[in-house]
Parts: sequence; structure tokens; C-alpha cells
Amino acid sequence: MGDWEVVIGLETHAQLSTASKIFSGASTAFGAAPNTQASAIDIALPGVLPVLNRGAVERAIRFGLAVGATIAPRSVFARKNYFYPDLPKGYQISQFEIPVVQGGEILIVSPTRGEIVVRLTRAHLEEDAGKSLHEDFHGMTGIDLNRAGTPLLEIVSEPDLRSAAEAVAYAKTLHGLVRWIGICDGNMQEGSFRCDANVSVRRPGAPLGTRCEIKNLNSFRFLERAIEFEVRRQIELIEDGGTVRQETRLYDPDRHQTRAMRSKEDAQDYRYFPDPDLPPLVIDRAWMDRVAAELPELPAAMKARFETQYALPAYDATMLTQSREMAGYFEDAVSSFGGEAKIVANWMLGEVSAALNRAEVDIGAAPVGPAELAGLLKRVADGTVSTKIAKDVFDAMWTGAGDADAIIAKRGLRQISDEGAIEKLVDDVLAANAAIVAEFRAGKEKAFNSLVGKAMAASKGKANPGQVNALLKQKLGR
Amino acid sequence: MSSESTIAGLLRRLDAGEVSAVELTRAALDRIAQANGTLNAFVSVDETGALAQAQAADAARAKGEAGALAGIPIAHKDVLMTAGLKTTCGSRMLANFVAPYDAFVVEGLKRAGAVLVGKTNMDEFAMGSSSESSHFGPVRNPWDPERVPGGSSGGSAAAVAARLVAGATGTDTGGSIRQPAALTGICGLKPTYGLCSRYGLVAFASSLDTPGPFAQTAEDCALLLDAMAGHDPRDSTSINRPKEDYRRGLAAPPTDPARPLAGLRIGLPEQYFGDGIDGDVAAAVDSALEALRRLGATTVPLSLPAVRLSIPVYYVIAPAEASSNLSRFDGVRYGHRAAVYDDLRDMYRKSRAEGFGAEVKRRILVGTYVLSHGYYDAYYLKAQQVRRLIADDFRRALGACDVIAGPTSPTPAFRLGDKSDDPVQMYLNDIFTVAANLTGLPAMSIPCGFTRGSLPVGLQLHAGHFGEARLLEVAHRYQQATDWHRRVPPGLGLRDG
Repeated sequence: MGDWEVVIGLETHAQLSTASKIFSGASTAFGAAPNTQASAIDIALPGVLPVLNRGAVERAIRFGLAVGATIAPRSVFARKNYFYPDLPKGYQISQFEIPVVQGGEILIVSPTRGEIVVRLTRAHLEEDAGKSLHEDFHGMTGIDLNRAGTPLLEIVSEPDLRSAAEAVAYAKTLHGLVRWIGICDGNMQEGSFRCDANVSVRRPGAPLGTRCEIKNLNSFRFLERAIEFEVRRQIELIEDGGTVRQETRLYDPDRHQTRAMRSKEDAQDYRYFPDPDLPPLVIDRAWMDRVAAELPELPAAMKARFETQYALPAYDATMLTQSREMAGYFEDAVSSFGGEAKIVANWMLGEVSAALNRAEVDIGAAPVGPAELAGLLKRVADGTVSTKIAKDVFDAMWTGAGDADAIIAKRGLRQISDEGAIEKLVDDVLAANAAIVAEFRAGKEKAFNSLVGKAMAASKGKANPGQVNALLKQKLGR
Repeated sequence: MSSESTIAGLLRRLDAGEVSAVELTRAALDRIAQANGTLNAFVSVDETGALAQAQAADAARAKGEAGALAGIPIAHKDVLMTAGLKTTCGSRMLANFVAPYDAFVVEGLKRAGAVLVGKTNMDEFAMGSSSESSHFGPVRNPWDPERVPGGSSGGSAAAVAARLVAGATGTDTGGSIRQPAALTGICGLKPTYGLCSRYGLVAFASSLDTPGPFAQTAEDCALLLDAMAGHDPRDSTSINRPKEDYRRGLAAPPTDPARPLAGLRIGLPEQYFGDGIDGDVAAAVDSALEALRRLGATTVPLSLPAVRLSIPVYYVIAPAEASSNLSRFDGVRYGHRAAVYDDLRDMYRKSRAEGFGAEVKRRILVGTYVLSHGYYDAYYLKAQQVRRLIADDFRRALGACDVIAGPTSPTPAFRLGDKSDDPVQMYLNDIFTVAANLTGLPAMSIPCGFTRGSLPVGLQLHAGHFGEARLLEVAHRYQQATDWHRRVPPGLGLRDG
């Protein structure tokens, strides 16, 4: 596979987090009983007309600003005509020739190429279709139009991705961004964020190969596996003397493979034309400025600021700006803590992240908040507990045992720093471990650590490790 | 029946207590029962609902709370949604479709207290110029039942012409209000696109469809338009502008009563006075222009060079939009579904083949073709470009005059079946009317004379955008000086007055 280059572009459908649909007042809430959230407009009764949801446009503008795109001062809704039972009007309202967001780019970290820029072609507003339900209807098909008219932003990238892993990195960054700017809840199980992948292969330097489009990948894992399968399929096909046909393919997650859905030859003619029911969407400077003013600090800017303001390494800054909640937690904890930010970063990327992963919750739902974490770190900084004990305290805090001070007091975890008490401890250890002392004196350096360990164990971990070290060295004549 | 059968006249009699809304409604129902067997103007009549509305109107009037049209019997074209009543669009596809909501213009007339007595017959899905293509059979012209009333709003026009109701709604996509008004000797107004919301109007060609009123007089059209116009946030193409009082505009006395139209410049496009116009029609229009000049207007010759392309442009754009608008009639959620089918495609094919008539199918096919890959630029895009040229012509012309006049239709009412086998001949009927739809301009047809065969002739007037008040005023002054609008079809037991 070494002399093949993989070329991937993604088309991502992000469901916009508006309360009502893009062209009707019906709710967009997920999971309601079938057809209870379908208005006269959504079921396309005769005589009804679409009215554009301002909130959907605002979210598109927010996205455009966040990726440095051109926001079209005038964009056009078009009808994409085709018959399907879950498409009530017989056409989907989308944007075709003039989309609302044009260009833009997203910075991602490629696992092989480091930081790279992925160019965006466009992002356009459109409505979702309903759902055909093929189970439970005994040879018939049920139609649920709750989803019909749900607002989508279709974000189209240029073919700038060179591996399945890069495609996943892009999708994850994009997923983080749409949630960051609050335009999409990112819930992939509910279909709020789904990708189509355009995949082709070529010899390095050669013109682009024929692409296949894999539809509706609704998890990062499926995205990665589908692309990996598709790349292998295309290379094997070409190496066996075949040619890739331009076609749309579906990924079967049970078999880990893609299969052909329809070829270019039987691709439909959608007969796009401007929707006469909707005047061109006009976005003036003032509207853009208002949206820009409400835009939060973006991840890339925040990452750069974390590096300078908190003296964090790039890795830490990147990791802490994966979500707005994570970044907010970090900044709150630093401000409450008052000490070195790197200590907070270490804890967040260590203990806190591990605990979140174990519990499978988002940071917003963490039982230990930023102020509580800072309370614990203060006790480490002032020597009340060692880092090691602090981890036990953190675990207790996580299970709801109280704040750091209460747990330290209740469980008697305060670090022993009293010189006399530590000296007695050390003396007892030396007396009880004559053999180890002899080994040390015979030149076995490791024996010293063993004695430290014994002393710490005797104190149940509470003795100040620095003082134990110093006293042992002194008593052993070092 | 006297001039008191106008809406304005009936309102005076209602206000004076000479007649009740219930009496007017019963009389309307009786006349419909007598005449509809011949005219086939109504698809459905709602006797119970109409009498209930009439009672409510009488009660409101007794309390001094009557709306502007309280108690006036009217009808709606069956392409406008009317809650609880069938809305068929003259099609088998919707033969049993009961509308769950009211169209904007239906709401407005209901609010004004007008009494809805029934829904009027029409060309299927408003596609046609003769009202022959309805699933419920052709509408006949009250002036000669062997002739068509024009279309597509032929049922509404026939109902008003035969004095079955005092006023009615229509929709005008390429002339569907004005041409039948001309062919039945009444007034029909196609307002500026966006003045009356399209909400609840079953779409034929969205960028052209315009609801508007039919009545005996310009004054009555003003009364109806007052209730039909207004901004509607449910229609994104509805225009938000201050509401006008069209009737009050007519009440102001002219400065010079002898020459009430002094200062009015009437543009006469050479393209509207050339060959191909029936001699009697041309003569009636000429004498109407002479009458307008006597009222003080001056006429200016002008040219609309691109207007000769309006028929081909219209017959690309309207079918294109129709082909998409009618896709929702797929038999899945409502409307006709074939009884027997093999699979999904077969269900679509059979339901639509059975549910739509020939003209609707023809336009869906043409529209699908002109939007297809490889043809879009040559047809649809080109048509949109020419549409702009036509609009430019009118903008220039309306800089040099206040209204543009000409015949509404090149011929008077033709015989049933004469053109139904020749779509192109049928389409040419719209030659003078489609430009108003392509440009969005308001236009009106008023009765201006008769042929030697006693068929009515219509004069068409165009004005600039939102120039309804001006059109109505010109028509009103003309009607104060003439009596063509008072002529009643013979054989209906009515007398002129």
C-alpha cells in the first residue's frame, strides 16, 4: 500500500440546535411518538408555505465566522426534486448554486502529519427528510415525519484528508467545533452529526482517482472502518486490473464492509431550481456583526492563549481546549487554586480525565467541580497531604464523601511533618530492619528506597516524604 | 334584480334593514339550485354553514358589530383551502380532500363577515383558460351555455356573472381571473404579487399565483380587496406594507366632475393592438378608450418589445414550478391512491396517472423536461432572463404613463371543445394576460362592451406595483360613466339595471 495515496473529503450533516424546524414551528425534540411533531408544513399539506427559521440562519453564520469563511450576503434556497415516501413535498429545500457559507478552513492535528489545514468548500442550510420504518408493519412501510424539516448544516470539505485516521481527526475537530459554538448537540446516536465520505486512491502525484461516496456514517469508528475498507477495496480492485466505478456505497457495520448502492449512471436528476416560495436569504453586515459579538472565544484562539497565559505545553493546551466545558473547568480551577496552572492541567489530564472515562460522563457532569479540585490542590501545595494521598482524597471526593478538607480531617490523612514524630518513625524502622540497613551499608543503594518505603508505610503514607528522606540520610551517615 | 345586487348595494340594504343576511343567503342558495345544473359553476355548496354564517352576520349587525362585508354571499375558487369543506382543485386527486385550515384570503373575508356559500369549479389545478378540464365537468358561460366562461377561475366568474353570488375569489397565474372576467362580463382584479398572501392557495406556479376578487363593479372589487390584502408572515413572499383602504379611495369626489380622469396618461402598447385580435373585441376596446379620453385621460402610444415572448416564457416557468409543486400529490399521505399496485414506484405511477387529468400531466411533463440536467440553462434559465426583459419593458413604459390598457383576451368566449384538443391555441388565449404575472404587476379586467353576437368584451388595465388603488379608481370612474357592468346575461330571469 506504500505507493498509493488516499484522498478523502467529507460531507458532514450537523443538525442545528434550534427549538423548531427550519421551515415550520414544529418542535425538533428527539424521540417523540411518530408523527406527533409534524405540522401541516412538515407533512406538506396543499397550500402551505415554508418560512425560514432565523435561528437556523444565525447558527450557519456562527459556523461561517468560526471557520473564517465568507458569509454570502445573498444566498438562495433551491428545490431538490425526487420522489420518496419520507420526503413529503417531493422535493427537499436545500441550497445549491449559492450556499450561505463559502470557503473557510479547519485546523486539525493529523496523527501522521501534525497540524494541517483542511479547506472547506462550503456549508449550506437544508431540511432533513422523515424516516421510513420497515419493521413492525408486516410487509408495509411506516412513515414517521417527526424528523422532516429538521434544520441541517451540510459542511463540505475539500479532498484534503489523506487517511482514515485523518478523516476521523477532522470529524472529531469539527464535532468539537459545532458543539463549542453551540450550533449542534453533536449527539451521534440520535443522528445529530453524521458524515458521508468521498474516498479515492491514486499514485502519488497522479491526478485524482475516481471516487466513491460512503453514506451516513454516524460514528467515528464506523467512519474509520468504512474508509479503511473502502481504501483496501479500491486498491485491490486496481491492482487486480480493474477500475473504480463512481458510485454511492453503504457501510455495513456488522460485516465491516461497504457495498454498492447506486452507480453514477443511475444517479437521479434532481432538477434543482430556486425555490419560488423563499426569497433570497439576505445577510447584512449588522446581522453578521451581532452574531460575531455573541461568538465565544474559539478553540484555536483559546489554545494559543492557554500556552501563553498559563505557560502550558502545546499538548496540554490542545487537550484542554477539546470542549468549552473542559476549558471552562480548567480556567475556573486555576483561578480558584491560585497556584501553578500546570499542576491543574496535570490533574485534569490525569486523574480527572481518567475518572471521567471510568464513569463515562462528560466533564459537565463530574461530581468534583473546579472549586473542589482547587481545594484539594491547595492542600497539596501547602503540604497538608502528599500527591499520593491527594489521589485517594480525590477518589473519595468523586464518590461524594465531601470536600478535600473534610475528607482529610475525617480520615486523619493530614501529613506528618512534626520532626520528633518522624524521627521516632525513622528510628523504629532502622531498628526493625537491621538486615536492610546492613545491605545499604554494604553498598546496595536500592536498600535506601526500601527503608523510605517502610517508613512511609508505617505512617500509612502520611509522613512528609521529604523529611523522611532527609532524616534517613542523616541517620545512615550520608 | 337591480344594481342593488352589487356588494355595495346589498350592504346599503342590509344596513337599512330592508333585507337580512339570511334572506340574501337563502336567495343565493335558491339561485344556485336553479342555475348550477346548467352552469356547473359550483363544485360544492355549503347550505348549512352558509345559513349559520348568515345568522351570525345578522346578529352581529343587530349589535352594531358587523364586519365590512357582513352578510354578503360569496364563493371561493376550489383551489383555496376552506376549513372543514372539500377543496378539490377540480381534480380527481383531491376529489375527497377536506381542508383542515383556511387560506389567508378566506380568513380575511370570513373576518369581514362575508358568507361563504360554496366552492367554485375550475380548470384542474388552475391549469387552463376555459374551465373545461375540471374532474367535475366543464363550467358554462351564463351568456351562452354552449361557450366556455374562460379559465381557470371559470366557476367563480360564471357565479358572479349569473348573479348567483355578489362576489367571489379567484386565482390568477397567467390570466385566470382577468380572462374569465372578460369572457363573462364582470370585473376581475389580479393584485400585485405579494399583496394577498398565497397561504392556503394550492400552488400551481408559486412565483406567479395571485389570489384576487371577482365582482360586478370596481367598487365591489375594492371592498373585497380590502378584506383580502395584508401582510401574512406565513407566506415569505407576502409584502409587509401599510394596509390601504381601497374603497375609501373611490369615495373622494374628483376635482373636475366632468373630467374625473384629467391628467391620467394611458399607455397603449402597439403589441396589444395588432393582428390576431377579434374585430368586435378591438372595436369595443377602442370605444372604451374613447370613453376614457372623454373622461379626461390622454393616451400615449408605446412599445413593449419583449412582451411577444411572454407566452413561451410563461409556458416554461409555470410548468417548471408546477412539476415540482405537484410532486406532493403522491398518494402517500392524502389524496387519491390507486387501489391496486405492485410496489412503491407502481403506486406513484398509478396514483398519479389516475389522479391527474391530461392537461396537468402535460404540464408536469413539460416542467420536468425544462428543469432536467442539460436543458435547464436553455429553457428555465433563459426564460427567467427574458422574464426580466419583459419586466424592464413594463418599468420603462410605466415611466411614461400611469396605466397600460388593451384587450384582456384576443377573442370573446369560444365554444366548448373548440380549443380543448389544441393546447397551443388554448395557451394563446393568455397572450395579453401572462405579462402581469411574469412582472408581478397588478392588472384588472372590466367589462367594456359586447360583440355583435352579444358576448362580453373586457378591457384590461395594468398599473405599477401596488397600483391597485389607481386601477380601481380608473375603472370606477369609467363605470360611473358607462353601464356595461350592469348588463345581465339573458335567460336567467334577471333584468338589466
